[in-house]
Amino acid sequence: MHFYAMAKQPIITVKNLVKNYGDFAAVKGISFEVYEGEIFGLLGPNGAGKTTTLEVIETLREKTSGEITVDGFNIETDKNSIKQRIGVQLQAAGYYPNLNLAELIELFSGLYGIDKSPMEMLEKVALTDKAKAKYKDLSGGQKQRFSIATTLINNPRIIFLDEPTTGLDPQARRNLWDLIREIRDQGTTVVITTHYMDEAEVLCDRVAFVDGGHIIGIDTPDHFIDQLVASGFERKKEVKLANLEDVFINLTGKEWREG
Amino acid sequence: MNQNYSNTKATLAIAKASFRAILRSPSAVVFTLAFPLIFIVVFANIGGGGVSVDVGVAKGCDTAGRFYQQLKSRKLVNLITDQSTEEMNKNLAKGQLDAILDLKPLVPMQPLQVNVQYSKASGKGEILKSILNNMFYYVQSAELAKIQSYSPLKIPEAVHLTETTVTGRAYKYIDFILPGQLGFSILSSGVFGTAFVFLSLRLTLVIKRFFATPVKRYSIVLGEALARMIFSLLGALFIILVGHYLFGFTLIHGVTTVLNMLVLSAFGLIIFMGFGFIISGIAKNEGTVPPLSNIITMPQFLLSGTFFSVTAFPKWLQYVSNALPLTHLNNAMRLVAFEGAGLGDVTHQLFILLIWLVIVYAVAVKTFKWE
Repeated sequence: MHFYAMAKQPIITVKNLVKNYGDFAAVKGISFEVYEGEIFGLLGPNGAGKTTTLEVIETLREKTSGEITVDGFNIETDKNSIKQRIGVQLQAAGYYPNLNLAELIELFSGLYGIDKSPMEMLEKVALTDKAKAKYKDLSGGQKQRFSIATTLINNPRIIFLDEPTTGLDPQARRNLWDLIREIRDQGTTVVITTHYMDEAEVLCDRVAFVDGGHIIGIDTPDHFIDQLVASGFERKKEVKLANLEDVFINLTGKEWREG
Repeated sequence: MNQNYSNTKATLAIAKASFRAILRSPSAVVFTLAFPLIFIVVFANIGGGGVSVDVGVAKGCDTAGRFYQQLKSRKLVNLITDQSTEEMNKNLAKGQLDAILDLKPLVPMQPLQVNVQYSKASGKGEILKSILNNMFYYVQSAELAKIQSYSPLKIPEAVHLTETTVTGRAYKYIDFILPGQLGFSILSSGVFGTAFVFLSLRLTLVIKRFFATPVKRYSIVLGEALARMIFSLLGALFIILVGHYLFGFTLIHGVTTVLNMLVLSAFGLIIFMGFGFIISGIAKNEGTVPPLSNIITMPQFLLSGTFFSVTAFPKWLQYVSNALPLTHLNNAMRLVAFEGAGLGDVTHQLFILLIWLVIVYAVAVKTFKWE
């Protein structure tokens, strides 16, 4: 039983969000709620408006219209209070050049105006042995875990992860899922985007499908699947008891590799 | 969650991170310290004693006589005795020797025979000519005095030469070259460093990630500027100390002069960082930073009196030179270091720099991009 199942208290409320870039409407009036303590997935093809929606909620972009509340704070009037309560992992963001991981954590602590021991943060993501390494020398999985560590520095109420598992091998992906579940279990709400439906199915408590700037459905993964099956849908191919990824994991082992 | 968010803490965190990164970046260290020091070493050694005339000594020249010994003691004359006649003639024709000298042994009651060959290939023969004439004047005056002592007939003097040398500060080339190199160091650190840092922080989305934290924009600019300021001033101090202790750079009022030079450096750096902000805004990618930066730095490097005085240029070029900020920084720096001027004595230079400051930052505010 997840924390979310017991109390469905909305922590993020988005109402009729519209975001235009010049003539182009990226987000065309979407509304949804994220409940406290859940892992909420925004799913959809490239260009659907997922990242734009996230970046507006993260206070990184101005909305064109609509209303957004994050942990009780209005996005128009309380940007700074929101920034202090959230942790953000950007798709493809870089880190300050020429610094090692411990120094980067120290920098971010300063940006949040708090004192955090770099080792304590690195321990949360199992990177203490890389404290003196540069970000660019990390493997894909390590980079993503480090990014997540930087989102946790200010003990945020909510963290936003934009495609954190893209490009990772199956082991690193599973390892990251475990980390994200751990963070959720400690009471932090997680908002995540992904292209992998298997990932959303096992990781997310609820998902929203976004397409062409609209939300076309919000529910738990189980409900979506059950509904589809009830409508008479059947997979063309006979369903086997395992898939190729199961074979991969079975052959190569579950433990996560560096490099 | 911290309700009393501290901008100072964030600014200092950025300054510390930036300072660490600068120290680890080879180009910053090379441009700020290595290049200026190499130029100082090279030019301090070329400059030192000023000009000298290379004079080949002909075979059979009387090197024992008094005249030769006197010539040898002249600092401007470099007597060369280890070349064959053939080599000397070849070198004279090429201008690698400025003259060939042949003194015949002195025969009593006969005039001293002096044969000098000059070369069209060298302009420095004139220097030897005047040195020799000066020496002949004294020889002839001595002869004349001798004749006068035997004769009651007063021969009127055509010229009476009185030469005196006042004691003064020796002009050393290092006193000219060091302030220029200091200016160059500050210019390149300010323009290149600032442009690269802000462009790459923008392109790699580091700044975007910063904006997801409560940090203020001014903290980012101030923190970066602070780090560059500390690094550049430490570099300037290092250059001044190396110049002073290894090459005898003149510091008239000692520590006060050093402090005044550092204040000027800081002022110059703020202006040059402004150019860096402009370039970071208009550059599309990291490849366009060097050419854009060179457009700013090269003309100033060449025309602002870094290596030779602006007064050596033709008049029209001097107008260009006098419009450039580095010219005025260099002038102020030299007045402070060599003439012992205080900051109150260089208000003219500071005023022109202030005008540049206003112009540069007015443009920077318009062109600077955060995303």
